[in-house]
Amino acid sequence: MNNIVGMFRKSRNVLESGGITPTVEEKIRCPICKAIDTKRSVAKNKMVCPSCGYHYRINARTRIKAICDKGSFQELEMNVQTENPLNFPGYANKIESARAASGQMEGVVCGTAAIRRQPCAVFVMDPQFMMGSMGSVVGEKITRLFEYATEHDLPVVGFTASGGARMQEGILSLMQMAKTSGAVHFHSDKGGLYITVLTDPTTGGVTASFAMLGDIILSEPNALIGFAGRRVIEQTTKKKLPEDFQRAEFLQDCGFVDAIVPRTELRATLERLLKQHSRRRDEA
Amino acid sequence: MMTAYERLQAARAQDRPTSRAYIENLFTERTELHGDRKYADDPAIIGGIGYLGDIPVTFIGIERGRDLQERIRCNFGCPMPEGYRKALRLMKQAEKFHRPVICFVDTSGAYCGEEAEERGQGQAIADNLMQMMGLETPIITIVIGEGGSGGALGLSVANRVYMLENAVFSVISPEGCASILWEDAGKAADAAECLKITAEDMKRFGVAEDVIEENFDSFNIMCEDLKARLLSDVEELEQYSGRALSEKRYERFRKLGVYSEK
Repeated sequence: MNNIVGMFRKSRNVLESGGITPTVEEKIRCPICKAIDTKRSVAKNKMVCPSCGYHYRINARTRIKAICDKGSFQELEMNVQTENPLNFPGYANKIESARAASGQMEGVVCGTAAIRRQPCAVFVMDPQFMMGSMGSVVGEKITRLFEYATEHDLPVVGFTASGGARMQEGILSLMQMAKTSGAVHFHSDKGGLYITVLTDPTTGGVTASFAMLGDIILSEPNALIGFAGRRVIEQTTKKKLPEDFQRAEFLQDCGFVDAIVPRTELRATLERLLKQHSRRRDEA
Repeated sequence: MMTAYERLQAARAQDRPTSRAYIENLFTERTELHGDRKYADDPAIIGGIGYLGDIPVTFIGIERGRDLQERIRCNFGCPMPEGYRKALRLMKQAEKFHRPVICFVDTSGAYCGEEAEERGQGQAIADNLMQMMGLETPIITIVIGEGGSGGALGLSVANRVYMLENAVFSVISPEGCASILWEDAGKAADAAECLKITAEDMKRFGVAEDVIEENFDSFNIMCEDLKARLLSDVEELEQYSGRALSEKRYERFRKLGVYSEK
């Protein structure tokens, strides 16, 4: 029986199925150090290569399982569905194939959860859904999450992964940057804590809005973080860029990231920070 | 009717008036203010204090430069992070002294370069978006030429946004869009059409309140009309409390976006 399940799950690996512990002893080869491990051991290590520490990109559901207390995540069902406001050629098909590839309806998942018993509002962008690009739905869901958190006095923990604004929705995508930044402002104005965790990749319009607005900005190791794309910069300046350019470590050196935290330590770090913003130690 | 691409070319035309021309025509007794007080002065963003009629205002504009020498000096109107930080500094100053802020947008985008990334281009724009949303003084933005992506948005979180009739506002340059989608930057005209970037499009989406007719042959007259419009807007907006202005600004952007709900 297990083998039959295995057959069906073969191409949909742990990254896609959202399962963090696969039942099948499939092998996975690290793209960086080339070490071969079972998917089970990599998944148990939260999709971080046990040999070299390479962080695999993971989808929103896998991320939620890896970060939130078991069973604590309550998705805020917002029922906002993607439209094609500009009748942009090919957009409807792109949405369909992104849904099929990711199993998600859009590029962000929002809800409430507990991280080691610390309550918070959470959003997780999905790099497998059109590279986490931000259109009206992503902007609206993040805005509503901040409004919910403001109303309920909850801290927000946000995982960013995005190629930027979604050009198929034109100017409306760009305006989501202002809208979400406004929602962050009113949450902050009421004293709300906002922690961003930048994950690979966080670029463009998301970097230039809510990703960079956290009270505390954490990043996973080696995540690509930037405003303009590397290729665009190389074309503009006709200069070859250094290898570590726009990586998390580079951003930390430049002063834009508070701390680089490996995925395996994220729960403990977030717990500590959330606690330190909720009450005094002796009341905890 | 001009196509979107023709309007884009008109918006980029070298003989088109730049921010400095509007500032010189609209405001009197000006003092230009420089620098972000953190790193440097970015010549791509100019700003200062002047009178709009009898009202002291803060003006901020993205400047492309009027001749080649100026254009090189102000990086062809592509601001650095310190430009956005300078703009924010002047806006916070305006808030302190209850001055309205008038912004002029004219850029192909924020500068894409190594040093811009090192100094946090994304963070600088993000900070402007958030702080402008909370600013407790009126903000009015006029897109006078090209409204290029996040670099233009960084001065556009306003209570009122106006577009000149051939000004454009876009999430990505049509050339960039065409080369990503069709691997052919030559199809920019098609992309411009698909992206819906014209002033009328902005009015239709609620991104802009109104479209302003261009009359560059009688630039002084055009500016007189613009001045009258700004004065009446400022008068109207100044009736609201600072907090109400910030909330109204948020409501304005809160509505933007198209989706369906079950």
